Amino acid sequence: MAISRAEVEKVSLLGRLLLSEAELETMTAQMGQILGYVELLNEVDTEQVEPMAHAVEVSDVFRSDEVRSGLARDQALANAPQRDDECYRVPAVLGDS
Amino acid sequence: MSLTALSACDLLAKLDASEVTSAEVTGAFLDRIEAHDGRIGAFLRVDAEAALAQAAAIDQKRKAGNPVGRLGGLPVAVKDLLATEGEVTTCGSRILENFRPPYNATVIEKIRAADGVILGKTNMDEFAMGGSTENSAYQLTRNPWDTTRIPGGSSGGAAAAVAAGMAPLSVGSDTGGSIRAPAGWCGITGLKPTYGRVSRYGLVAFASSLDQIGPLAQTVPDTALLLEVLAGHDPKDSTSVNLPVPRYAETVNQPLKGLRLGIVPEHFGEGLDGEVEKAVREAVAVYESLGATVREVSMPHSKYTVATYYIIAPCEASSNLARYDGVHYGYRTDVKQVAADLEAERKKYEDAGDAAAVENLDSVLVRMYRKTRSEGFGPEVKRRIMLGTYALSAGYYNAYYLKALKVRRLIRQDFDRAFQQVDVIAGPVTPTAAYPIGDKVDDPLAMYLCDLYTATTNLAGIAALSIPCGFSSEGLPIGLHLQAPPFEEERLLRGAAMFQRATDWHLKRPDLGGE
Repeated sequence: MAISRAEVEKVSLLGRLLLSEAELETMTAQMGQILGYVELLNEVDTEQVEPMAHAVEVSDVFRSDEVRSGLARDQALANAPQRDDECYRVPAVLGDS
Repeated sequence: MSLTALSACDLLAKLDASEVTSAEVTGAFLDRIEAHDGRIGAFLRVDAEAALAQAAAIDQKRKAGNPVGRLGGLPVAVKDLLATEGEVTTCGSRILENFRPPYNATVIEKIRAADGVILGKTNMDEFAMGGSTENSAYQLTRNPWDTTRIPGGSSGGAAAAVAAGMAPLSVGSDTGGSIRAPAGWCGITGLKPTYGRVSRYGLVAFASSLDQIGPLAQTVPDTALLLEVLAGHDPKDSTSVNLPVPRYAETVNQPLKGLRLGIVPEHFGEGLDGEVEKAVREAVAVYESLGATVREVSMPHSKYTVATYYIIAPCEASSNLARYDGVHYGYRTDVKQVAADLEAERKKYEDAGDAAAVENLDSVLVRMYRKTRSEGFGPEVKRRIMLGTYALSAGYYNAYYLKALKVRRLIRQDFDRAFQQVDVIAGPVTPTAAYPIGDKVDDPLAMYLCDLYTATTNLAGIAALSIPCGFSSEGLPIGLHLQAPPFEEERLLRGAAMFQRATDWHLKRPDLGGE
């Protein structure tokens, strides 16, 4: 199935990517080729087939509900690109039109 | 014979007998890395000081008569997607260039507890996406048998390190063939355990329903030894299965009596190189000479493997990789530049009177995400995020993702049926021997099609390994793929060891020169 350049651009926003003009062009061609190939699956009759999301179909795994120590705040923040003493810092979200 | 030419089990016997020290063994492999890795490029980082210190501590323990762990001071190379506490773990990506995990992966803890000496971190395709290690953001890894060729991927550094005698044991990961394909192309042994056999805690996630950590080594008994250390239930990974771990290393040399070997006719069709087919068929004949019976088992859904895999894996990847947003850890783009760019765009659209474009302009935060990810990820990772995002998006979910999950079950059922008739399935690992560097970089679909035989194992969630079974006329290794039902690693290892006792392909070593 072919995919249009406009669709690719829309998907790049959904996937939080920013593609250059050249990348958009290559991506449109390559995604079209790959999506064309996977159309092969359409010939398989899956009417009565249950989807298989996981290799080991275990039921829910529980653990006892008890307090455990996690990462210390400083450890959790250690790799942050930008932080203060207690939080991750991001650009302003509110009031940003 | 130099220490680096010995198998892990032979080295371990010498260590246990105090004929050599772990410091000597570790030093020998570090020297070998120093001499050859400039050309091979298997390691991203080697910490000689830490390795020698760990080796010395193990030697001390042994000298004092204290019990020593299962690995007894053997060096181990580790793929750079396993979290090592406080030490850089890049996953082959720019986005994690300076990432230092605050904890160790469970398998790292297990290797250390077993007295394995960690040599360093090996190169890989970015986020384990690729089959050639050409997608690493850092460097190429070259095939030790022919340095103009790829080592395979994504665990290309892990396989090349063992093939070049730079590590006796190596840990990789396999989502669609990433242990077995490079093992086959580098002429070594590599095993993908059953999904759930090894804890994935601390493994940087690619496709969580398919990823599995496993061992690579020169021989099957070496592989059995390392698997025994890696395997087991872990409360930190609720998908790891709570089953006892067999003593693989103890049983590995017991032959399988009355082995029923299956051959999948669909795996010998179009695209399979003639030399690979010949080597694999000769390997099957070796099994017959050892008393195995061979029969054909049809896998009618085998031809849908690549299409199914390249929907499911990108879907899971696009979801897993959403965490790289430049906020919590990893690379972040220059936010001031983002704000300035957006301002310039706004002005441009306003001047042009394009109100819709102004309305649709990204917020600073969204643009920060997008630019961070676009600068931090390479082309293959972007391609998979795009494919996955598309296949999961409204209107396409049923047609792609759900459809693929249904075909996945049919593929699993093919295996279930086959394993009622045979104990182990044998076939090629890859359609061809290792190809030249650069050959497929502009043709992603051609690269994907190399996963035809291996990805099916991950989709079904079963166990498989690759062992050397011959060479092409150009002197390149060819691998034999053996697959077994879930949690039958012991059967797989015993069956593979039978072959290695009858052949000497696994003893061949590439000539690296200067020796």
